[in-house]
Amino acid sequence: MVLCALSIFAIVVLIASELVIRSQMAWGKFGLDFFYKSYIDTYSNQPLYWDPVNGHFSALPFLYGTLVSSFLALLLAVPLAIGVAVFLTEMCPQMLRGPLAFITELLAAIPSVIYGLWAVFVLVPLLREYVNPWLIKALGWTGFFADDNPTGLGFISAGVILAIMILPIISSLTREVMTAVPGSQREAVLALGATRWEMIRMGVLRNARIGIVGAVILGLGRALGETMAVTMVIGNSPEIHKSLLANGSTMSSVIANEFAEASGDLHLSALMELGLALFIVTIIVNALAQVLVWAVTRGTPSSAH
Amino acid sequence: MRDEHKLRSKYRAWENGFATGMAVLSTVLVVTPLVAIFIYLLYKGASSLNLAFFTHNPVPVGEAGGGMANAILGSAILLGVGSLIGIPIGIAGGIFLAEFGRGTKLANAIRFTADVLNGVPSIVMGIAVYSLIVVPQGHFSAFSGGVALGIMMIPTVCRTTEEMLLMVPNAVREAALALGVPNWRSVLAITVRTASPGIITGCMLAFARVAGETAPLIFTAFGNVGWSEKLSEPIAALPLQIYVYAISPYDEWHRLAWAGALVLIVLIVLAVSLVRYVTSRGVLKGAS
Repeated sequence: MVLCALSIFAIVVLIASELVIRSQMAWGKFGLDFFYKSYIDTYSNQPLYWDPVNGHFSALPFLYGTLVSSFLALLLAVPLAIGVAVFLTEMCPQMLRGPLAFITELLAAIPSVIYGLWAVFVLVPLLREYVNPWLIKALGWTGFFADDNPTGLGFISAGVILAIMILPIISSLTREVMTAVPGSQREAVLALGATRWEMIRMGVLRNARIGIVGAVILGLGRALGETMAVTMVIGNSPEIHKSLLANGSTMSSVIANEFAEASGDLHLSALMELGLALFIVTIIVNALAQVLVWAVTRGTPSSAH
Repeated sequence: MRDEHKLRSKYRAWENGFATGMAVLSTVLVVTPLVAIFIYLLYKGASSLNLAFFTHNPVPVGEAGGGMANAILGSAILLGVGSLIGIPIGIAGGIFLAEFGRGTKLANAIRFTADVLNGVPSIVMGIAVYSLIVVPQGHFSAFSGGVALGIMMIPTVCRTTEEMLLMVPNAVREAALALGVPNWRSVLAITVRTASPGIITGCMLAFARVAGETAPLIFTAFGNVGWSEKLSEPIAALPLQIYVYAISPYDEWHRLAWAGALVLIVLIVLAVSLVRYVTSRGVLKGAS
């Protein structure tokens, strides 16, 4: 039994060591430059980041794509998720609670590839026909919504599908954290004459805020590593564009796309290094989130009494 | 003074109403599209599904018909290998966490690592298994895909097993120990047995989750247009096939992708409902 339990440590060590060994070549060749340097294409004078043919590799566009799509997802998902959690724990009639919790659980379990399938055939056309023209007209002057990509694929599509995917996770964890706030806190605030919203704000949200931050960070961790759905809608080009409607690429999507047909050892090694970076980042993000959620649900004495 | 007070309570009442409205609005905003997605998937899948889907192999582009028989069998094989690895190790790990190591530093560290491992992107698992098995072997194989899925099952199974065991009342353990049963027997014959419906459904949930995993299979199982005869050959898998068909430009393939999605969804709905059913009654009531 102990051995089986210890196998979990072994898995982490195994993954880390494999990735480190296989990414040695790219690390040796590029070092830290891998994460911020770009090259200038001598013909077109355009910056060039990812060029397997000439052996130039830079992770910059993928870091950018991962960050932009994840933060877009958080921007859309977090307020809604907290709203849902507040409704479910504090306002919802008992009758609705079970079915709604069940739906959230179900949606969290639907595989990424199915969300991707839906996004390709429903979400992307929807954004392309209705939302994007409106964004271009209303906010085109900011430069973030340039009218040069008629496909509908890109950061916005990726951000929206990611938001839909991480919503159930964030909201169910937030709900868990809020339920862990003791009822006496609520009663105390209500006894002082607070309205329901003031009770939620002062009695519940304030006590649960560390855990809610943890839930959001956990959602961020999911969004950073999410692969299939993003690969299917982001457009997959290793470039950096200011426009959110442009095609992009994330760390996980480039691995999914190019790994099986990598053109050489250096290419493979560079992809491995991207994987290693993703592994380290998600480990840190998840560990942080766990600590924060535990701090609340495990009942720290200061907030429990 | 009085007016100010009145104004203040009016504002507070308005604020309360506004906040309630926002919470209700966000719930509606979230639940409606999610339910719509779900119904759309069911509708699309149901209208695309036919018998040939289960009995025929994929046909070349341009020919009508065809199915995913090989992918369904492939998924079953991959999941079988994965379960053989993931379930025993996961359950044993869970028993350790809940029974033998409860409260120890080691158990806490393992629990923490399992939760963190759960959040590691599946594609990272995929490339790790690729370099661990596919590179030394020199070719893609069903075996490596199964190992990738098995590794992903371990932390999930481990944690659900632990949670289910913790729901067993201490009185049950004490009763066994009071009869002079050694601890290891009390754990295996009494506690684990009491929690077994929960443990089994927890395994089913882990099974259903990895059944839909695509990313770790792309460069381990790789996919195959026909039957595969050995574990050392590349093998087709349902989610992999859905991915390939979804990004293809052919209508007939899109139809098959929807049908495949329905099959996966039914599997997941079954697993999630079973878990809910089991944890809604008896001693396991309230477990996750």
